[in-house]
Amino acid sequence: MSTARALLRDGRTVTGLAILALFGALALLAPWVAPTDPVALHDVLATRFLSPFTVGADGVRHWLGTDAFGRDVFSRLVYGARISLAVGLLSVAVSIGVGAAVGVTSAMAGGVIERALMAVTDAALAMPRIVLLLALVTLWQPSLLLVVLVLGFTGWMSVARLTRAEVKGLMGRPFVEAARAGGSGRLRLMWRHVLPNALTPLIVAAALGVGNAIMLEAGLSFLGLGVPAPAPSWGNMIASGRDALVNAPWVAAFPGLAVALAVVASNLVGDGARDALDPRTRRAPR
Amino acid sequence: MLRRILKRLALGAGVVLVVITVTFFLINLAPGDPARLWVAPGAGAEELEAARRALGLDRPLATRYGSWLWNFVRGDWGVSLAQQRAVTQIIADALPYTLLLSVSSLLVTYIVGITIGVVQAIKHRSPLDTGLTVTTLLVYGMPAYWLAIMLVLVFAYGAARYNWPAWLQLPAMGAAALDSEFYTGWGRVVDRMRHLALPLVTLGAIGAAGTARYVRGAVLDVRGHEFVRTARAKGIAPLAVELRHVLRNALMPVVTLLGLSLPALFSGTVFVEVIFAWPGMGRVMVDAVGARDYPVVMATTAIFAVLVVIGNLLADLLYAWVDPRLRQTP
Repeated sequence: MSTARALLRDGRTVTGLAILALFGALALLAPWVAPTDPVALHDVLATRFLSPFTVGADGVRHWLGTDAFGRDVFSRLVYGARISLAVGLLSVAVSIGVGAAVGVTSAMAGGVIERALMAVTDAALAMPRIVLLLALVTLWQPSLLLVVLVLGFTGWMSVARLTRAEVKGLMGRPFVEAARAGGSGRLRLMWRHVLPNALTPLIVAAALGVGNAIMLEAGLSFLGLGVPAPAPSWGNMIASGRDALVNAPWVAAFPGLAVALAVVASNLVGDGARDALDPRTRRAPR
Repeated sequence: MLRRILKRLALGAGVVLVVITVTFFLINLAPGDPARLWVAPGAGAEELEAARRALGLDRPLATRYGSWLWNFVRGDWGVSLAQQRAVTQIIADALPYTLLLSVSSLLVTYIVGITIGVVQAIKHRSPLDTGLTVTTLLVYGMPAYWLAIMLVLVFAYGAARYNWPAWLQLPAMGAAALDSEFYTGWGRVVDRMRHLALPLVTLGAIGAAGTARYVRGAVLDVRGHEFVRTARAKGIAPLAVELRHVLRNALMPVVTLLGLSLPALFSGTVFVEVIFAWPGMGRVMVDAVGARDYPVVMATTAIFAVLVVIGNLLADLLYAWVDPRLRQTP
């Protein structure tokens, strides 16, 4: 059974992927989907804090209401999805790259190098991620690139551990022996034979990591350290809604639900992928 | 056993050293000049130079690192740039609040989480199981700061507006009422508990949801093993099988989860402390970062690293205690 088909047989994976695909489509098609401009201000006093479903003076129906500046919450949510998804995917790509490199290197090198790399991994794991994020993002000029890099370089540790364990397990298997006996060099052996078989933990880690990164990015924006103010991001939308909690709870509520939904989706994909790709549980779906 | 503990302690100290070293260099290589905090805005180059000398910033980075580390190890953590108080004093004020919040939320996390997970596993594939699976997944996905805000909306604003009973109207700020100094005995305890309620529920709910998901899987996993079938076949009472054979084996990996979940718990604490104005380490750190208060940033980072290392050590010892197989190995 092909990997893709094994993945798509699991209901959770399909549900999770569908949710993420929906968010992805909204993000890509934002200019066409969003009923209004996400940052433009009009008559603020007349349009602020309209509750969900009301029709504004300009005839636009505000499905999720408007915020303190009369901006359409749904439009901002859709544009915010761009930032959340971009940061989520890019930072996970960085994490996977770094983690796989560290994991493979330590598994192949062994000895002192392996122990040193694993010690560094453990040290990095002991660090509360948000602490490092806070320190870095404020001390350096905040930018989207920085957020991606920082999230990427603080999320590789579990990937490194999983990859190392997987690679070490594969190294003793007969097909690797055979490839080595057949004259494969180290790099070729790793690239052609070992890595393709060690993809399972990477896929699972990637799926789970996207949700985590989205949540952290929103957290940084919530603290005012992520995406700068007028541009919409789920995090800074929640932060701005906090000031209007009594009058307009919808301003903070919907972006939070969006974050939760994205995290749930990525967890569904991760769980489904783990069960589908792990031969031990493949035949016993629950 | 003692050797094992000593070895882990040495490793833990190494981890803390790596963490604070990395933080030191990241902070010192970051753009921005801490001396600017000391001089008046618009001060001349001369004053800036003097401030730099006073702060020791004119020396080479390696020298600065050496002397900073030496002072740090001796417990001389310097003076906060923003508060002009000894850093150790600031930490001593804040640490108990963070410990209170994190230890109590760990208790809630594990007691509630394990209970839910076990109930789900026993009622496997019932509507109750499905409902709890969906609920825990959703709660687990919620950002702590958002759940905190929603709880404030319901239990602080909503409860007041709709005249809920007084015990359900919970305070949304601080660790004690402004006039708590005048309360006596029991009243003071109740006031503290009411202030702890919302931060605790925020962290506890998210943690319990994650734990429940894990425990459910672990229990179902163990139930499929042959020794459980053997135990049932021998005629052992179903409840005894569940408790002594299934649960004991299923909960072992949960102990490891404890160590791994600490960094996430402290991350959550940072947000929750900021939202509820809880006077703990996370809030101190966020304020210090905003004010470029380098000594405090360094100290809070180190403390968080130490807490995680100690937590991991405890989880390790706990694991050796639960799993007799590990007790013999050095």
